[in-house]
Amino acid sequence: MSLRTAPAEVERPDTADVDEPARLWLVIVWNDPINLMSYVTFVFQKLFGYPRPKAHRLMMQVHTEGKAVVSSGSQERAEFDCSRLHAHGLWATMQPG
Amino acid sequence: MSALAPRIDRRPDGRFRLRLTSEERDLLRALPGQLRDLLGSEDPALRRLQPPAYEDDPEREAEYRRMVRDDLLRGRRSALEVMESTIDAETLDRDQLGAWLGSINDLRLVLGTRLEVTEELYEEGVPEDDPRAPAFALYGYLGWLEEHLVDALAGEL
Repeated sequence: MSLRTAPAEVERPDTADVDEPARLWLVIVWNDPINLMSYVTFVFQKLFGYPRPKAHRLMMQVHTEGKAVVSSGSQERAEFDCSRLHAHGLWATMQPG
Repeated sequence: MSALAPRIDRRPDGRFRLRLTSEERDLLRALPGQLRDLLGSEDPALRRLQPPAYEDDPEREAEYRRMVRDDLLRGRRSALEVMESTIDAETLDRDQLGAWLGSINDLRLVLGTRLEVTEELYEEGVPEDDPRAPAFALYGYLGWLEEHLVDALAGEL
C-alpha cells in the first residue's frame, strides 16, 4: 500500500563512508500529544511490516517511556525510514548507534 | 445515524463505504484547501510536519531537508487533492481512503500544534466559553474520524 510518494533513495557522496564503514544508525520515534495511539501502531505495521503485537509494543514504549528505537541500519536506510515516518507525521530522528 | 453503525465499512468488492452526514462533509470540505495553502510557508504550526532528522547536526540536517523536502510536500499535496476531490464520494478505494487518513492526520498535527494540545488538555477538554472551544471541537471530531479510518485500513494490512 503506497499512499504517499516515498522519497527516492539518493546516492550521496558521504565522507563518513571512508572512516566509518559500517556505522549503525538508529531511528527513534518520540512521544507527542497529537498522534493517536492507534495511528502510530498502524504506521509501524505499514512501514516496517511489523506484526501487530510488535507494532503495539513499540507504540506503548513511545507512549510510556517517551521514545523507542523503531528501526536501524546504514545511514541511507535510516534516512529513508526517517523520511517515511515524517511523511506520516511522526516525530522521528536518527542518531548513531 | 446511530452512533453504533460503522462509519466506514468494506464492501465485498474491496471498496469502502463512507457513511458521513452532509453536515460532516461540509465541515471537512474546506480543510484540505486550507492546509494546501499553508504548506510550503514558514508558518510555525507546520513544524510537526517537518521535524528534524538530525537534531544535533545542522549540516547533515540541511542536506537531509534538501533531499526530502520536495517529496514530502508533493506527497502531502497529492493526498489533500484526493481528499478534496472525493469529499462527497459515497465509496472510496483503499488508496483514496489512505489519502484521507494522511490528510486528516496532517490537519490534526497543524490544528493540535496551534492549540498547543497536551495529553491532559485533550482528556479534559476546554470550557464551552473558551475562545478555543470551536477549534477544539473540530480537533476532537477529526480524531474520532481518524480512529474509524485507521480501523478500516488496519484490516487491510
